[in-house]
This record gives sequence, C-alpha cells and structure tokens, in this order.
Amino acid sequence: MIQLSRWKVIVLIIALVFGVLLALPNVLTPAQRASLPGFMPKNALNLGLDLQGGSYLLLEVDVDAMRTKRVDNLIEDVRVSLREAGIATNQIAREPGGAVVTLADPTRSEAAYQELRKLVGAPGANGAAERAASRLSDGRVRLAFTQATLDTMGATAVDQSIEVVRRRIDSLGTREPSITRQGAERIVVQAPGESDPAALERVIGQTAQLTFQMVDTENSIQDALAGRVPPDAQLLIGDDGQTPYLVKKRVLVSGENLTKAEVSADQSGRPAIGFRFDGQGARRFGEATAANIGKPFAIILDGKVISAPTINSAILGGSGIIEGNFTIASASELVNLLNGGALPAPLKVEERRTVTAELGADAVQNGKLSTIIGFIIIVVFMLLAYGFLFGGISVIGLVLNGILIIAAMSLTQATLTLPGIAGLILTFAVAVDANVLIYERIRDEARAGRSVVASLDAGFNKAMGTIIDANLTSLVAATIMFIFGAGPVRGFAWTLSIGIFTSVFSSVLVAQVLLAYWLKTARPKTLPIAESVR
Amino acid sequence: MTWWPLIKVLPQKTNFRFVKYARIAAVLSIVLCTASIIGCFYPGLNMGIDFRGGAVMELTKPDSETLDLAAVRESVAHLGLGDVGVQGIDDASSAVVRFQVPDGQEQSAVVARVQGAINEAVGPVTYSGVSVVGSKVSGELFTSGVLALGVAIALMFAYIWFRFEPQFGFGAVAGLLHDVVLTFGLIVLFKLEFSLNMVAAILTVIGYSMNDTVVVFDRLRENLRKYKTMPLREVIDLSLNETLSRTIITGVTAVMVLAALAFFGGEALFGFSIALMFGIIVGTYSSIYVGAPIILLWGVKRGEIAEDAKPVKLGMASRP
Repeated sequence: MIQLSRWKVIVLIIALVFGVLLALPNVLTPAQRASLPGFMPKNALNLGLDLQGGSYLLLEVDVDAMRTKRVDNLIEDVRVSLREAGIATNQIAREPGGAVVTLADPTRSEAAYQELRKLVGAPGANGAAERAASRLSDGRVRLAFTQATLDTMGATAVDQSIEVVRRRIDSLGTREPSITRQGAERIVVQAPGESDPAALERVIGQTAQLTFQMVDTENSIQDALAGRVPPDAQLLIGDDGQTPYLVKKRVLVSGENLTKAEVSADQSGRPAIGFRFDGQGARRFGEATAANIGKPFAIILDGKVISAPTINSAILGGSGIIEGNFTIASASELVNLLNGGALPAPLKVEERRTVTAELGADAVQNGKLSTIIGFIIIVVFMLLAYGFLFGGISVIGLVLNGILIIAAMSLTQATLTLPGIAGLILTFAVAVDANVLIYERIRDEARAGRSVVASLDAGFNKAMGTIIDANLTSLVAATIMFIFGAGPVRGFAWTLSIGIFTSVFSSVLVAQVLLAYWLKTARPKTLPIAESVR
Repeated sequence: MTWWPLIKVLPQKTNFRFVKYARIAAVLSIVLCTASIIGCFYPGLNMGIDFRGGAVMELTKPDSETLDLAAVRESVAHLGLGDVGVQGIDDASSAVVRFQVPDGQEQSAVVARVQGAINEAVGPVTYSGVSVVGSKVSGELFTSGVLALGVAIALMFAYIWFRFEPQFGFGAVAGLLHDVVLTFGLIVLFKLEFSLNMVAAILTVIGYSMNDTVVVFDRLRENLRKYKTMPLREVIDLSLNETLSRTIITGVTAVMVLAALAFFGGEALFGFSIALMFGIIVGTYSSIYVGAPIILLWGVKRGEIAEDAKPVKLGMASRP
C-alpha cells in the first residue's frame, strides 16, 4: 500500500539537510567559506584542470637509460681499479647488469677477483651488497649488480624522481601541485593555475646531474673527433652547443655530494654558481685537485660541459664557484635544480595538456549556462506533459537530485571535468525517466480500471524492477569507463555513477512520499494523468 | 484545457504494427551499418591527438587584432613537421594549430620551435591551450578506449543473459553494436574529432541504449508470461506499443537537453553533444527495430516454440 511511511520521510529530510550542507560551499565566496563554523563541510566542487586552468604532465622515467648509465659507471670502476692494481686486461666486455673481464694473464684471476671484491660496496638496508664479484671457471672475472638491485632499480628511481620533482615544483611556488605515480614507470604532475607551463617543463625536464671530471690532455681531440676515442674517455660538447671536449670518463665528484648551491658572482661580477660539498665530496675534490694542479677539469651538467677551468691550486675547503654563461635567471633556476637534487634517471614528457585560466573560466561559463538551460527545458517539458501535480513532483525530485549530486561530488572531492558537466546534464534528462516509467505504469493500471490507490500502488511496484534493471546497466557502463578510462573519461564516469544513484533515490522517494501525502490530504477520485475512467 | 497535461493527448493505446516493417528497417540498418563500417576505413576516422599523438595549440592575438592565418601556416610549414593544420576559430584573432611531433624528437623542443616560429611571423600571441601527446601514450589510450568499448558490450550481454534469456542478450547486443557502429558513422560523416571524450560519449550511448532496450525487454518478458498463447509477433508489437509513450517522452527530453548543450556548451562540447544526441535517437530506434526483431528471429522458449517465430513470415499481418 502506498502510505505516508514515517521512515521514508525521515530519510528524505536527512538527505535534503545533508545535501544542502554539503553543497553549500559552492555558492559561497572563499571568504565566507573560511568563516563557516568548524563542524560544517568546507569543500566546494573540485574542478578539473580543463575548468580551472593548469598543466597536466605525464612523465616517463627512462629506467633503461639509467640502467645503462649505472653499468657504464661500474665498467669504469673496474677499469680504473684493475689498472691501479697493475693487472693488465685484454677485454672488459659489457653484459646485462655488469662486466666480464678477460685478463691478459689468466693466472692473476685471484688477484683481480680480490680487487673487484673491494668494489662490491657496503651492504644495503636489506643486508645484501649492491654488486657481486665472481670468478668464472675459465679464469675470467666478473662484477655485476645483484639481481635484487636490478629488480628494484626501476622502482627506486621512480620513487626518487617523484621526490625530486616535488622539491623542484615547490621551489617554483606552484599552489597545490599533485604528483602521483602511475603504473610502473610513470609520474603524473598536475599543477593547477600554473601560468608558465614551459618553466614547469624546463625544471622537470632537466636531469640536473652535475659531475666534475678531468679533461683528457693526453690524447688529441682531433683523433677523437675522427672517431678514435680512447676507452676511458668520452667526447662531449660545451653548453654553447659547439666546442668539443675530450673528458675522462671517471667521475671525481658528483652532484650527490653537494650540500648547498647558491647564486654568486665571479671576479668580473657576472652571475655564477657557488657550491659547497659534504665531507666526502670535499675530501675527494681536494685529493683530485691536489693531484692535478695545472690541468683543466670539466664541470658537466647533463652531458654538457659548462666550463673547464684550469686547477691553480688544491681546493681543500670543499667549496667553489662554477663560472659559465649564466644570466641571473638561468643561474637561479640551476641553483634550484641542484638544491632539489638530481633526477636518478632522465624524465621524458609523454603527454602534456595545458589550459589557461581564461579558457577554463569560459568552459565553466558555458557549462553553467547549458546546465541551467537544460534544467529549464526539462522542468517546462515535465510540467507540460504531466501537469502541475505529477510534473511538479518530478521537478522537486530533480531539484533534490541536483543538490545531492553537487553534495556527493563535493564530499568525495571527485574531479569535475568538462565532459563531466555533459554527463551531469544527461543525468538530469535520464533522471526524469524513472518518474516517466512510474507514471506510465500508473496510467496503465488506471486504464485497466483500478482505483486511484491501487493504480498508484501497482504502478510503483511494477515500475521498480524496470528502473533498477535499466539503471544497473548504465552503472555497468559507467564502471567500465572508470576502470578503463584515462583522465577526463574517468571524471565523467564518476559523475555519471553518482548521478545514477542520486537520480533513482530522489525521483522514486520524492514521488512516493509526495503522492502518498496527496492521497492522504486530497482523497482524489480520479488521477489527473489518466483519462477519467469510463 | 483539454490539451493539458500533454500526456492525455498522446493516444492511450497505440496500435502500431512495428514488426510489419521490421524487414524494411533491417535492410535500412544493414545498409547504414555497412556504410558506417566502410566509412571508418575510408575516408577513415578523424583521429584526435589523444589517439594519434601530436600537438594541438590554441593561440590568440591580444587586443582582438586580426591573426594572419596564412603567415602562421607559412611559418610552421618550413619546420619540416609534415602535415600542419591551421584553422581559424570563432573570431578572426584566434586559431588552432595542429602538427605531429616527428619520431625521436623531444616534444617540448618541437613545441617551443613552433611557438618561436609563429611569434616571429605574426608577433606576440598568447597560447590558451596546449596539448601534446606522445606516440607511446596515444597508442595506449587507443587500446584502452577500444578495450573499454569491447568490455562494456560484453558485460551488457552477460548482464542481460543473466537477467533475461540468451536470445534477449543477443538482441540487446545486436542493438548496441548497431548503435555504436552508426555513431561511428556519424563521427565520420561530420568529420567530428574522435578523441577520449568521444569514447566517453559512445559509452554513454551504450548505457542509454541499454537502458531503453531493458525497458522494452522487461515489458516483453512480462507480456510473454501474461499472454501465453498469443503469437510472439503480437506480443512484441504489444510490448512496444505499451512502452512507446515512455520511450518518446524520455527520448525527447534527452535530445532537447543535449541540443541545448550543443548550442550553449561551446566549442569543446559540440562534437560530444552531437554524437550523444544522435546516439540517443539511434538507440531509441534500435530498441524498437533491432533488439525485438532479433528475438523474433530466434524465437523464445514459451513451453513450445511458436510456429511464427520463423523469419519467413515476417511482414505478414497475422490478424485482420
């Protein structure tokens, strides 16, 4: 029987109160929002970047490049340590994750093995060392990263990259950037309202690996340019993009030993970068400069030589100045990068979407306008089709539905995107469908000659199954969009799912309660939406 | 006031012989679907950068000065980026530039080069929206988009099978495929950009079309139980007629609202709303003329298979 059941009224009132409370922040100014008492929700709708303007970047950590580089360094370590121990080698062959050394004199494999064991490194957090040395049966020796290191290298690199990116973006002063991991090797950066996406991309795109390496003065650069590069050296270009340098591969000190970088000036007052090393860096730098007085060393940033000053005296204090072609702006940007730390691996920008705040505001305007117009169309149409009573009931349900959707979206802080607005509008259109199904059923029953009360009753009961079925399928579609969809599609799916729930809830419950109330008070003999029973 | 509420004007009990025209409708559907499928390959979909990779930039000359499109085109053309599209939008001071990022080149660098060239050619402009999608990501987006469509259809089929009967499932899925294919056809016909948003639109069409089909099937199932001896064709006609008023009201509401969206929603939502609107119209048609006739072809178990569940008798009025 359709009756004014107390619990339904209570549920409806609770929903309305909570809905209004949660949706309220959206109609207030930020100042009013802040002055709300503590117990009240303060979250307004969370607008997507396409509506408030901002930058979205999808970055991929180039783990392969990093692995290659780590193995390069390992090979260089092997080469240098065996040479310093006076063990001659025939060949140092690269293999996945390490190096295999063929000795000139196989009988010295024990000595070589002992040398390589020194390079294994201190045991890490898990108790195992990063590298492992071994002797092969044919007298060759091998140094390689352990499998555990290789396995975690990628994940560690991504974690470190996220940290570095966060520090760098913070130094730009962007408000509320969100930096999240996506999949195994990707990072998503969302910076709302960032006015200069190019700057964002510049600071993220630089690996900022700073190294100090000796310039190779023993071999001729002409030979190297002709393709004969010595095995322990590499050919680099200066940051002017032209000047070639032949540099020893061995890294004396790297940016990891930096404790502080700051903008300073060189003797002639041009911008330069002042730096300070930690204890280990200062010691290494001191040793290297003391041993190489009169020779030039190269300061290299991301594979480009910034400058190659000659060492005049040993630098023991652990601090110094990097001169180069800097402007105040580029120097301070580099300082920020160096202080933020180097990225463990190069980052590639795979996807970038930027929307200015104006464009976003336009989209919001358009969205608001079409929502309001769509709403008016539905209201007018329902009133025309079903009259003031039944049409009016649908409209009340629709208003509650709108409040509940905004409330739920604000509460969950789901991102509202432009297609999300479209989903919202369509939700309103389909929301009246539940009412239409109920009303049409009621008319059917009335036509079959039932009384008013019986028609209402049977109408509701029979329509419910259909409503649930029809909406479940829509929910399935929305869920799939959520699971498989990327970015904008996801927001759209979420909006749609929330809409499906609130629509069924509000249109059915409001109609039930109000029609029961109408039955109780007006005691109608006929239904206004059905022709009078003949 | 005899005309209001409008619902009284709608005939209470329509008696359209839907099934009678099922054959014509089937021919029409098959022709349109075939045309749409061919259209997807030739001339092919107008892939947006989401699925093709590349860059799109929107640029505006400040103070509503006129933007020299030819100069923009000229400046980007000699950068060797292949096919560059330059298109003026709403007012003469803005344009959209599309280009591909050649393999192996840094996206950011290419975008910066293009922006530099444009600035050199036409003076300072502001870039209000820049999107760049790498080829790797675009491939993934495409795969996940197609996968989403496939999984959606499969799950709908499973759901209907579970809730009704297998042949209902086939009918529903045939209707869905029909709607999806025709929506693709419209996208090709109007050269709408096929993007992630479009996938969302198609998934919504799937949801709506299903919603429509379920309402019809629900009534059909109920009537099959109610009128055990009535020929299947007539049960289908009866069910379609009984749900017709609801189908029309809901469909008209949705289409009107989407028309408002297409009209007032701005550039970004236009293609999206047009595709949705068309999808809903097609979805309404398919719930009448694709889903139900398939059930008729297949027949349903009602104790015994009715004689007239055979396609041969389609289109013949069963009762005077």
